[in-house]
Amino acid sequence: MSALLRLDGLEAGYGDLTAVSGVSLEVRRGEAVALIGANGAGKTTTLRAISGLLPVRAGRIEFEGARLDGLGPAQIVARGIAHVPEGRQLFPTMTVRDNLELGGRAADRRHRDDALELVFALFPRLHERERQLAGTLSGGEQQMCAIGRGLMARPRLLLLDEPSLGLAPVTVKLIFDTLQRVNGDGMTMMLVEQNVPRALQLSHRGYVLENGRIVLEGTRESLRASPHVKQAYLGL
Amino acid sequence: MDLTLVLQGLLSGLLFGGVYSLMAVGLTLIFGVMRVVNFAHGDMMVWGMYLSYLLATRAGIDPYLSFVVCAAALFALGLLVQHGLVDRVIDAPHEMQILLMLGVALVLENLALVAFGPEPTRVRSPLGAATLWLGPVFVDIARLVTFVVAVLLTAALSLFLYRTDLGRTIRAAADNTYGALVVGIDVRRVYAVAFGVGAACVGAAGALVSSILPFQPPTGLSLSVTSFNIVIIGGMGSLLGALIGGLLVSVAESLGAVFLKPSLKELVSFSLLIVILLFRPAGLFGKRTS
Ligand SMILES: Nc1ncnc2c1ncn2[C@@H]1O[C@H](COP(=O)(O)OP(=O)(O)O)[C@@H](O)[C@H]1O
Ligand SMILES: [Mg+2]
Repeated sequence: MSALLRLDGLEAGYGDLTAVSGVSLEVRRGEAVALIGANGAGKTTTLRAISGLLPVRAGRIEFEGARLDGLGPAQIVARGIAHVPEGRQLFPTMTVRDNLELGGRAADRRHRDDALELVFALFPRLHERERQLAGTLSGGEQQMCAIGRGLMARPRLLLLDEPSLGLAPVTVKLIFDTLQRVNGDGMTMMLVEQNVPRALQLSHRGYVLENGRIVLEGTRESLRASPHVKQAYLGL
Repeated sequence: MDLTLVLQGLLSGLLFGGVYSLMAVGLTLIFGVMRVVNFAHGDMMVWGMYLSYLLATRAGIDPYLSFVVCAAALFALGLLVQHGLVDRVIDAPHEMQILLMLGVALVLENLALVAFGPEPTRVRSPLGAATLWLGPVFVDIARLVTFVVAVLLTAALSLFLYRTDLGRTIRAAADNTYGALVVGIDVRRVYAVAFGVGAACVGAAGALVSSILPFQPPTGLSLSVTSFNIVIIGGMGSLLGALIGGLLVSVAESLGAVFLKPSLKELVSFSLLIVILLFRPAGLFGKRTS
C-alpha cells in the first residue's frame, strides 16, 4: 500500500536547540499510527513540523506524493491535513458552534453542514452545548470540541496531539472509543500519546521517539512484545 | 448653575460622542486582534480630516458624503502600514512596536505639516449652520448627522465581525492566534484586514468631524490620547467598551466645559479614567486576565 504521509530525515527545533532529527516515518491510507515517547521526546515538534507550524530545518515531508515542507499552515490544511493540537487551542470566548465552523471554513456551506452533523453525531454532548462558549466547557468537552474542529475540515489525515492529557479515565475511554470509530470509518490518523496502552490499543503501528530520534518501530503486536517498550512505557 | 446649560452640554457631548466611539472602536479592534497599540491612530484621523478638506475644497464634495472615500483611503493606508511595517515587528518585543508606531505617527504628522501648514482649518458644510430647537435646548444638525452616521458605522462593523465568515476569522485570531494558525487561517491577511478596518474607522470619523472640529497637524496627538483613554476606560479589546466609553468620555468632557473651563475638559476625562480604573482595573468591559 502506498504511503499517504512520508517523513524522510526530518529535522526541526527552536533557536539553538535541535528538538528532532533524522525522523523518518510513514502513515498509510486508513491506518492509525502512534508516535509514543516520554515528555520532551519531540512528539509535538514532529506534528508541528508536519502542519507547517514550525519550519522544517532539514529532510522532507511528502503528502499524497507532493512535498509539504516549506508550505504554510493554511496551505497544509487546504491539502487535507487537520491538526488537533496539544492543549486543544480552542477559541475560548467563541461558541462551540463557531469553533467547529472555523475548523471547516474551507468547505462550502452544504459540506460544512454535513460535517457538522457528523461531528454532532459522534459527540452529542457538543450538540447540547452548541451555543456555549468553548472556554466554559469541561476538559473532556473541550477535547471533543478540538477533535470535532479538526474533523470539520474533512481531512484525509488527522493529527492528534495527546488527546488524553489531563482527562478522567472514563472520558479518555469515551474519546478513544470515538477515535476508533472514526478510524474504522476510514479516517487516517497519526496519534501522539504518553498514554501508551491506550495509544497501542487504537493504532495499527507505532514509532517510539526518544531524545528527538526514532529508536523503535513496528506493528502494535511487536511493540507490545518489545522488552524495551514493556519496561519503559507499559510499566510491566 | 443653569439647568438648560447642563442639558445642552449633555446633549452636545452625547452627539459628539459618536465620533469618539468610532475612533476608539478602530483602536480597540487593532489592539484586540494583534496586540499592537496604534500610536498613529490620531494622526491617521487627521489625514482623514485633511482628505475630506481636499475633497470639499477641490471637488466640492460634502464631508457627509466624502467620509466613504476617506474610510476607503485610510483602509488602504492601514493595510499598507500593517503589511509593509508592523508585520516585520509583530513577533518582536513590545518596545519595538511602540517605537515603530511612534515613528509612523511622527511621519504622518510632519507630512501633514509640510502639505497643509500649521494653521487650523475646518471644512464648511451646509449642515454646519443648521440647528433645531428642542424646547430650551438646540440640536446642532451637523452633530446629529455625525452621531447617527458614526453609530451606524459602528453597528455595521459589529455586524461584519459577528455575522460574516471573515469577521469570524478576525475574532478567532484575536481570541487565540495559535489556534487560528492551527485551523489554517491566514493570520497575516487577517491582521492586514483588521488594521485596515481600524484605520478606516478613523478615516470616516475624521471626515465626519472635519466640519465641527477645527484641526491642524498636531491635533493627531490629542486624538490619539483621547482614543487610548476611551479604550482603557472601556476595556482593552472590547468593542462595546469602546462604544460606551466614547459616549461617556465625550459627555464628561462636555459637562466639564460647562462646569469648569473649556480648557479643562481633559482634566475631567482623565479623572474619569482614574476613577473607573480604581473600581474596575480592566476597564468597564475588559477581561481581567490575558
Ligand atoms: N516553544 C519551544 N521553545 C523552545 N524549546 C521548546 C519549545 N517547545 C518544545 N521545546 C523543547 O523541544 C523538545 C521537544 O519538545 P516537544 O516536541 O514538545 O516534546 P513532546 O511533545 O514529546 O513532549 C524539548 O526539549 C522541549 O523542551
Ligand atoms: Mg507534546
